[in-house]
Amino acid sequence: MKFETPAGTNPIDRMTVVGKPTTRIDGPLKVSGGATYAYEHQDVPGKMAYGYILGSAVAKGAIRSIDTSRAERAPGVVAVVTHRNAGKLGKGKNNTAKLLAGPEVQHYHQAVAVVVAETFEQARAAAAMIDVDYARDGGRFDLVAAKTDAKEQPGSDAPTAVGDFEGAFAGAPVQVDQTYTTPDHSHAMMEPHATIAAWESDKLTVWTSNQMINWSLKDLAATMGMPVEKLRLISPYIGGGFGGKLFLRADALMAALGARAAKRPVKVALQRPLMTNNTTHRPATLQRIRLGCTQDGKISAIGHESWSGDLEGGGLEVAVQQTKLLYAGANRMTAMRLAVLDLPEGNAMRAPGEAPGLMALEIAIDEMAEKLAMDPVAFRVLNDTQVDPEKPERPFSQRNLVRCLQDGAERFGWSRRKAKPGQVRDGRWLVGMGVAAAFRNNINGKSGARVRLSSSGEVTVETDMTDIGTGTYTIIAQTAAEMMGVPLAKVVVKLGDSSSPVSAGSGGQWGANSSTAGVYAACVKLREAVVARLGFGPGEAVFENGKVHVGNRSADIASAAKSGEIVAEDTMEYGDLAKKFQQSTFGAHFVEVAVDRYTGEARVRRMLAVCAAGRILNPMAARSQVIGAMTMGVGGALMEELAVDKRFGFFVNHDLAGYEVPVHADVPHQDVVFIDEADDKVSPMKAKGVGELGLCGVGAAVANAVYNATGVRIREYPITLDKYLDRLGEVA
Amino acid sequence: MRPFTYERAASAQDAAAKAAATPGAKFIAGGTNLLDLMKLEIETPTHLIDVNGLGMDKIEPIDGGGLRIGALVRNTDLASDKRVRSDYGVLTRALVAGASGQLRNKATTAGNLLQRTRCPYFYDVNMPCNKRKPGSGCAAIGGFSRQLGVVGTSDACIATHPSDMAVAMRVLDASVETIRPDGTTRAIPIADFHVLPGQTPQTETALEKGEMIISVALPKPRGGTHIYRKVRDRASYAFALVSVAAVIGRDGKGAVAIGGVAPKPWREAEADALLPKGAGPVADRLFADAAPREDNAFKIMLAKRTIASVIAEARDA
Repeated sequence: MKFETPAGTNPIDRMTVVGKPTTRIDGPLKVSGGATYAYEHQDVPGKMAYGYILGSAVAKGAIRSIDTSRAERAPGVVAVVTHRNAGKLGKGKNNTAKLLAGPEVQHYHQAVAVVVAETFEQARAAAAMIDVDYARDGGRFDLVAAKTDAKEQPGSDAPTAVGDFEGAFAGAPVQVDQTYTTPDHSHAMMEPHATIAAWESDKLTVWTSNQMINWSLKDLAATMGMPVEKLRLISPYIGGGFGGKLFLRADALMAALGARAAKRPVKVALQRPLMTNNTTHRPATLQRIRLGCTQDGKISAIGHESWSGDLEGGGLEVAVQQTKLLYAGANRMTAMRLAVLDLPEGNAMRAPGEAPGLMALEIAIDEMAEKLAMDPVAFRVLNDTQVDPEKPERPFSQRNLVRCLQDGAERFGWSRRKAKPGQVRDGRWLVGMGVAAAFRNNINGKSGARVRLSSSGEVTVETDMTDIGTGTYTIIAQTAAEMMGVPLAKVVVKLGDSSSPVSAGSGGQWGANSSTAGVYAACVKLREAVVARLGFGPGEAVFENGKVHVGNRSADIASAAKSGEIVAEDTMEYGDLAKKFQQSTFGAHFVEVAVDRYTGEARVRRMLAVCAAGRILNPMAARSQVIGAMTMGVGGALMEELAVDKRFGFFVNHDLAGYEVPVHADVPHQDVVFIDEADDKVSPMKAKGVGELGLCGVGAAVANAVYNATGVRIREYPITLDKYLDRLGEVA
Repeated sequence: MRPFTYERAASAQDAAAKAAATPGAKFIAGGTNLLDLMKLEIETPTHLIDVNGLGMDKIEPIDGGGLRIGALVRNTDLASDKRVRSDYGVLTRALVAGASGQLRNKATTAGNLLQRTRCPYFYDVNMPCNKRKPGSGCAAIGGFSRQLGVVGTSDACIATHPSDMAVAMRVLDASVETIRPDGTTRAIPIADFHVLPGQTPQTETALEKGEMIISVALPKPRGGTHIYRKVRDRASYAFALVSVAAVIGRDGKGAVAIGGVAPKPWREAEADALLPKGAGPVADRLFADAAPREDNAFKIMLAKRTIASVIAEARDA
């Protein structure tokens, strides 16, 4: 099915199952240990062996020699694989660095070897017996130093310009020109990258933890130099990904190589210290924002530049993305430049682009509002746009930013905020409020599904779509139940298997809308097949309460399959509606922060997010996504930073003791409100992504609240007390 | 993890004697730190002597006042003991500010004193570290040192001692009671228990070969307001940037010890005497010989401001 024109009325609009707060259908399995994660599969033929990866001890250089003889003789060791005996390996399209080093080393903790042994402990102990002699090269590890050599990139990453930015900015009566920095971030999800690999002659099956089954299938085939048809990826449950599991990673490759060498199935999980430097991270940014305004608060010039780094051949952190679309203004520019760094590979982490971009932009907007002596909510409302500011002929498909801001202000008690900072005290605490706009583009991806109707009236959905903890199982079941007019309990959902139709996968907050639209398409075909099997001629079919009605004829849906299962498959594809209409999601974050006036400790007290993201398929799962994202935003605002050692070229704090993410005591009272929307330009589901929107803007709202509490403006994240202690005023 | 042999000690003296006689031996109690370090091969004992069965898990009054805390009293039990809560509040507050409920259930009093630093370079076996591998150098100096020490450090090591409990014990003038392989016992004032790194950062305590902690003695309760303030980036489950343990009387006199700044809980009698004069003089005295790094220089101001907060809290109590 191709979605080419705005959706009319369709069975989803009944919203008898879709749109209802629904507990997860996989919840009982998860809380009882019945959901099988990558490392836990027992249904693997053969006797399992354990792999352990040795990561490179240097960031850049070469392996001069590698002596595995002691490891090979160690108790229980079955095989040791290094670049010398791995055979010829290719590289996946999505990988920048190779997943197995040698002789060249491209980054710290790049895999150097996998040891396979009878037990995990034996493999780990033997890995420590591998003697590697490295030739260490100097590398580029400092973004600030590399900035001068950073280069513009082609295509959609190229600079943009509308009107005369420089002239308008120079002539603007009120200006803001500031630089902001965001650090490298780690996904730090709970479940490590993990894989079990098993060969059956020349066929390879991998049970893994991966967000994008088809990408990884192709990349594993390319890396191993084998046809896709000989491969199967299975990833039914995923303990968090946040973009860290979008691609093929070393766990899968090294498990496959280890299993081939050991002639047995092998399981590999990345040890926690390897997750930081062996895999990907959100790259640090340096951002310069220039805003010019008229005296009455209209933006006349808006410019956003960003610098980030990555390994040779890598990509940008697209931090200016939202600035092209979020606010009005006739004169505009954006530019991004990429520096080559020899740190581990940078890549997508939840809301790539907008997450760090809004951390900067939404502070700058606050700074401008203050210069104008305007309320920060009013200033944002005044500069709203209903069209793409770079292409004014292109409207937004739906845009309720103003309502998010105004409803949020009302609910949060924003009118109690003191415009002048540092005015509110609660004992030793300085208290302030902050706001930021939330913005994240909506992306639709081609997505397929197969649906089966059994003679007992059960509907089974099969797709390679993944559930990374987001609630995909449940919204897919809701979609199928709504389409086929059966109760939720009659729907079985099977996810994360490459033998099922290719889906959009989980990433970029495209998963929910895209995958359910694919299920919609397959269900449309199944409905047609059911009507045909029942012999109910032409006319509008209604599927409800387990029955099918056409005109005055009706039957139990199960009866259609009594002579045999009915199977339908389809893929949802998209026309050019996303070109004609800008499709984005919007929100407003409100935060109250308290800062200890003695120690500078900043603690968030309450948060509110108002989101406008199209139809909300499952308000309960969506709320969970948004409060999780808000929590992640607090981490980014107040504590998360991968510390770069610029001499050795690695992220030093590579475990969960050193890389701090919020704990329960940091999570305040959180409220989430969804604006009632249905966006007919997006898909028949009329839904958009929401899981990343919840993160976008949170950091700046916290920063703005810290400013309102203390009068101290911090432009370098994370906002830790060492950056402003000397500006908090004397204490007795 | 390297292979090791394991035995359960029959008595405290037996444990000490065996530890002295067996090369590469270590005691294991709660294991919350040692096991992690063994998995990473930062600790590579060849023999473990399990002391968990030796009793030493009681908190008992000392004749003439004070409390004797068995070496194996778990952190949770120590923190929740009624006598500790009422008479040594700073100790309870310090304990519950540390680690997590699960770790405190397992971690012991002696083990807490003996835990190793959380310096990230100590934890990465690819990096030089004089504490982990004497003579290899110190990667933390000139590296990411935000969490590390500003005073009492050396050009060989800038690690901090991570304990909260020990900071409170320092302000309470606890003494660490031990047994030696020959069966003799001694009491080491907590001030002397942890030693500064100098050129031998691998040596962290005054314990002799085989010597084992059997208890910690607290002197008679120290009157005044008991405060433990732990400053950190997140609200829980993080090591201190700076912590302050203080017992301050109505007259403003008292004692103060600082955590998170040095290889041991940091306290000076001269600084205590300055408490009535305010945080500035106290901190100036405590950090007179400080040698901060670029990343951690803030700790001196943070300590001063936290002491000010503690003094204000005591005044308003």
